[in-house]
Amino acid sequence: MKITQRTFDAVIVGAGGAGLRAALQLSESGLKTAVITKVFPTRSHTVAAQGGVAASLGNSEEDHWHWHMYDTVKGSDWLGDQDAIEFMCRKANEVVIELEHYGMPFDRTDAGKIYQRPFGGHMSNFGEKPVRRSCAAADRTGHAMLHALYQRNVRANTQFFVEWMALDLIRDADGEVLGVTALEMETGEIVAFQSKATIFATGGAGRIYYSSTNAFINTGDGLGMAARAGIPLEDMEFWQFHPTGVAGAGVLITEGVRGEGGILRNSAGERFMERYAPNAKDLASRDVVSRAMVTEINEGRGCGPNKDYVLLDITHLDPKVIMQRLPGIHEISIQFAGTDPIKEPIPVVPTCHYQMGGIPTNYSGQVVAPRGSSMSVAVPGFYAAGECACASVHGANRLGTNSLLDLLVFGKSAGETAVEDVRKSVKAHKPLPQEAIDRTLARINRLDTQKDGADVHQARLAMQRTMQNHCGVFRFADKLKEGVSKILDVQKDVERAEIRDKSQVFNTARIEALELENLIEVAVSTMISAEARKESRGAHVRDDAPDTPEHPNGRDDVNWLKHSLWFKEGNRLDYKSVKLTPLTVDTIELKKRAY
Amino acid sequence: MNERVARLHRLRWHCRRALLELDLVFLRYWQRVGDDLDAGDEAALALLLEMEDHDLWELVSGRRETADPQLSGLVEQLRQV
Repeated sequence: MKITQRTFDAVIVGAGGAGLRAALQLSESGLKTAVITKVFPTRSHTVAAQGGVAASLGNSEEDHWHWHMYDTVKGSDWLGDQDAIEFMCRKANEVVIELEHYGMPFDRTDAGKIYQRPFGGHMSNFGEKPVRRSCAAADRTGHAMLHALYQRNVRANTQFFVEWMALDLIRDADGEVLGVTALEMETGEIVAFQSKATIFATGGAGRIYYSSTNAFINTGDGLGMAARAGIPLEDMEFWQFHPTGVAGAGVLITEGVRGEGGILRNSAGERFMERYAPNAKDLASRDVVSRAMVTEINEGRGCGPNKDYVLLDITHLDPKVIMQRLPGIHEISIQFAGTDPIKEPIPVVPTCHYQMGGIPTNYSGQVVAPRGSSMSVAVPGFYAAGECACASVHGANRLGTNSLLDLLVFGKSAGETAVEDVRKSVKAHKPLPQEAIDRTLARINRLDTQKDGADVHQARLAMQRTMQNHCGVFRFADKLKEGVSKILDVQKDVERAEIRDKSQVFNTARIEALELENLIEVAVSTMISAEARKESRGAHVRDDAPDTPEHPNGRDDVNWLKHSLWFKEGNRLDYKSVKLTPLTVDTIELKKRAY
Repeated sequence: MNERVARLHRLRWHCRRALLELDLVFLRYWQRVGDDLDAGDEAALALLLEMEDHDLWELVSGRRETADPQLSGLVEQLRQV
């Protein structure tokens, strides 16, 4: 069947920080640029980012990109590629100052410079002492950034397709990417977007977990599309968890609550952190607290009817302190936990927050995949940036404020590379292969005609519970093994999911079913990659890979200092080496990650 | 499809927000009201959904009040869901 075709120089999928930054590069270069987005650009999840953006501007005290690079490599537990990390840290000042020129209302020093504050893991002089490196706009940094970038894109005539959902990558027989198919929500029409450059900036997929801080739009659409088109997904076993999300909701309870004296308790009312971290207790690092919470729950000391959460107790604090120093916690607790934290403790669980892995790219933003004897060959016409991509700068664990930096640097870099590639191409657009379009139409047709299939809501819940119980913040060999078999069963249900509403206008049931088809690819890749990695590193912590003198923190550099690559076809895994050689400086040598 | 149903479908999609807090509140809201929105609620919801997410959350969580009588009833409903 023929469908409408629209032609652009470049098509970007996703209008969060990375997508808007990439789009700007293309539009300001005079290229005809389209951005496809499920929601209005300033409703993207980048809005939720509060912490700031890291850059070694040195406005408050001496700082250097090399120190920032050291912190990022160490934070990544040496799984980050050191060429990409050097590139990002060196570019940080440039992209932040550019943003300032676009009108971003950064907080200021008395002298009028961008004010900088300290943030966990950012240190001066190669790990010596904390440094003020984070640039913020009050507690609305992501929001302010999106607005500045959106306005600039409007000025540059970027064409926005708002409330459109990209469905599949269009790739020809040579492997070249020629655009995407997309669904217009208002009409239900499917359209082919033809482009010389296709950039994915679709964000994370935190909704694969039952407890997640991610908004509902974070469904890994780019990862699903890439996987279906034969592109591998890199390092999917690495997910950052926050220890205190409200049980059953996922909404974050800030670390400040424990900083003000909040205590974690098990079903016996015991302050269990005293056993796990006798000195720091409830203020131990995120991973230590999360693991302790999971151990309490797994050993039957969880709270509630299902014994599946612990309690964060602030009832001993002065109510005035709660209301003044912890604004918002009172409201969040009442709204999402149904408890008044002044009178009763808050039920909490470790909650999925950020995806370190993604679509493999190099630091120029080109998507790379194995071809012939090389593990990283650029896929022509295809680029990715932001949380959906894996450059890889975060490796096994991301530092706070490096996510906003990632999307600015690699959004710009992907845009720049795409501009060069489009200008170099002398040929007209290649014709779109009908088979690729037919695959999308067959997917939609299957959904519309499925009888006696699985319920979308039930299948999504089964996926989320399987991921939470079998591949959470603390991992166990037997649970992972069982998890692989369970998630593959859920995948079979997703493949025959059924929707009752067949209408065309804003059919949210159809959109949710299509999103689930993307989420399940992410869930399967995560479970399979995690089961296979038999070490602990960064955010991937296994019970059977403990801290020993031979393997500090359970890390096994001899066998596992390598990136995982999961391929949808046959659920195959392959591995590629970590780039330990930076662009200009010496390698930051392996050592135990300790703070 | 009838126009009203189409309008409600569109409003449901516009309840997909940048902040999880709002997604959860609107999920509960729709579970409670189903398609039983009167014209006043529908207009108020459309207006509310034009707000920026952080401002909207301050309103819904009770940290801010609205002086707009068209919105106050709906805001109160959202606080109770």
